[in-house]
Amino acid sequence: MIQLTSPFTEAKVRGLKVGDAVEISGVVFTGRDAVHKYLHEGGKLPPEVNLRDGILYHCGPVVLKDEQGRWKVTAAGPTTSIREEPYQGQIIKEFGLRGVIGKGGMGERTLMACKEHGCVYLHAVGGAAQVLAECIKSVRNVYLLEEFGAPEAIWEFEVERFPAVVTMDSHGNSLHKDVFAASQAELARRV
Amino acid sequence: MDSLQDPLLELIRRTSAEIPDDVQAAILDALEKEKKGTIAESAMKIIERNIDLAKQKSQPICQDTGSIIFYVDCPSGFDQIAFEDAARNAVRRATQKGYLRQNSVDSLTGVNDGTNVGPGSPTVHFHQHRSPEVNVRLILKGGGCENVGAQYSLPNEKLQANRDLDGCRRVILDAVLQAQGKGCGPGILGVCIGGDRATGYEFSKQQFLRTIPDRNPVADLDRLEQDVLNTANELGIGPMGFGGKSTLLGVKICAANRLPASFFVSVSYMCWAYRRQGVALNNSGTIERWLY
Repeated sequence: MIQLTSPFTEAKVRGLKVGDAVEISGVVFTGRDAVHKYLHEGGKLPPEVNLRDGILYHCGPVVLKDEQGRWKVTAAGPTTSIREEPYQGQIIKEFGLRGVIGKGGMGERTLMACKEHGCVYLHAVGGAAQVLAECIKSVRNVYLLEEFGAPEAIWEFEVERFPAVVTMDSHGNSLHKDVFAASQAELARRV
Repeated sequence: MDSLQDPLLELIRRTSAEIPDDVQAAILDALEKEKKGTIAESAMKIIERNIDLAKQKSQPICQDTGSIIFYVDCPSGFDQIAFEDAARNAVRRATQKGYLRQNSVDSLTGVNDGTNVGPGSPTVHFHQHRSPEVNVRLILKGGGCENVGAQYSLPNEKLQANRDLDGCRRVILDAVLQAQGKGCGPGILGVCIGGDRATGYEFSKQQFLRTIPDRNPVADLDRLEQDVLNTANELGIGPMGFGGKSTLLGVKICAANRLPASFFVSVSYMCWAYRRQGVALNNSGTIERWLY
């Protein structure tokens, strides 16, 4: 198990390869469909949200306020990433992301952006909302909550030993491409 | 029927937080089959731990608490309007309590009013039967697996699928291939052969009311179910599409009549976080027993 801890430098990220199991510790920002479309259309990030050398998590958590008015994350697994394929490459480039956490993998444009700009795709276990929520040690802030609603807002989480697998690295390799090709060949033999 | 709200709230809580026994058994079985030390095995271990944690904490198994679909078997004369009111109120309360995520968005304005109640949410299907019992089943189906569902129109030249069972097999397996890990596998397929576009998908989803070990009483469909299950698990897609042995946990197929001009095969995919529960209610509206 590789520990991936902040700061998420280009050197650390370039050292990862497809198939590596990692545990992530540090600050991550959530962002999903609404955020990607918003940024793609030229929307501005709140000044406190600094994605440079950061990690973006495709996640729409269940978050409740406790009696003291503090946010508490009660479920927080990854959402399907491929919907962000039209936007992700541009966002990696513009904002200097080093990692994208999600599920299901992404396409060729994101893979190319990872290679060119030094970023990796980190696959979390889809549906594992409780195991992953336990890794979120605090909610540091939330942005664009009014505009986008809780699942689509930008949440700033501090995570500790958040488990994921590198399925797209910064050297042009994608586990998703490999598994698709292999399973397609297996299926061709069976129809 | 206000008294129905509490049992429906409990039904929602339990559906969101607890995997039915038959699904949990299938997941444990799949975990055993994965090769030790692989990322597929570690994904299955996380899934197993997640199931236990959700139950213990009474919190959603998955943060996408899904489309809320009720299936109600009821006697004639049952007040369906009052039931729907109670169901909507139970959904509102379940959302406030965090059993359900604020998960329903106005498709025109993009506004999420945080209640989970709106046109089509929740959905309630009523079916009358000649028994005094009221059975309420609930499925919570997340968006990731819903998005990998597919509807094929046969013949399909590209897949060399003709209007026969072999053609059905080809398109169903194509749906598995295209889904890869995106539907949060190992998954369960619900399939309807025939019907129109709407009933095809509708009946495919109703297959999720069946339990994983059950067998199809129609011999042709039973054979197809077992064949698709075994073949899919030879493709090496594996949990989450990481590669591995468990691609599917189950395949459930039904058939509906079609028009001579149409031949649809509708495939719905259910993720491993297969949230399905049911209750039998007694005359006073309290829970008499759990159905799964």
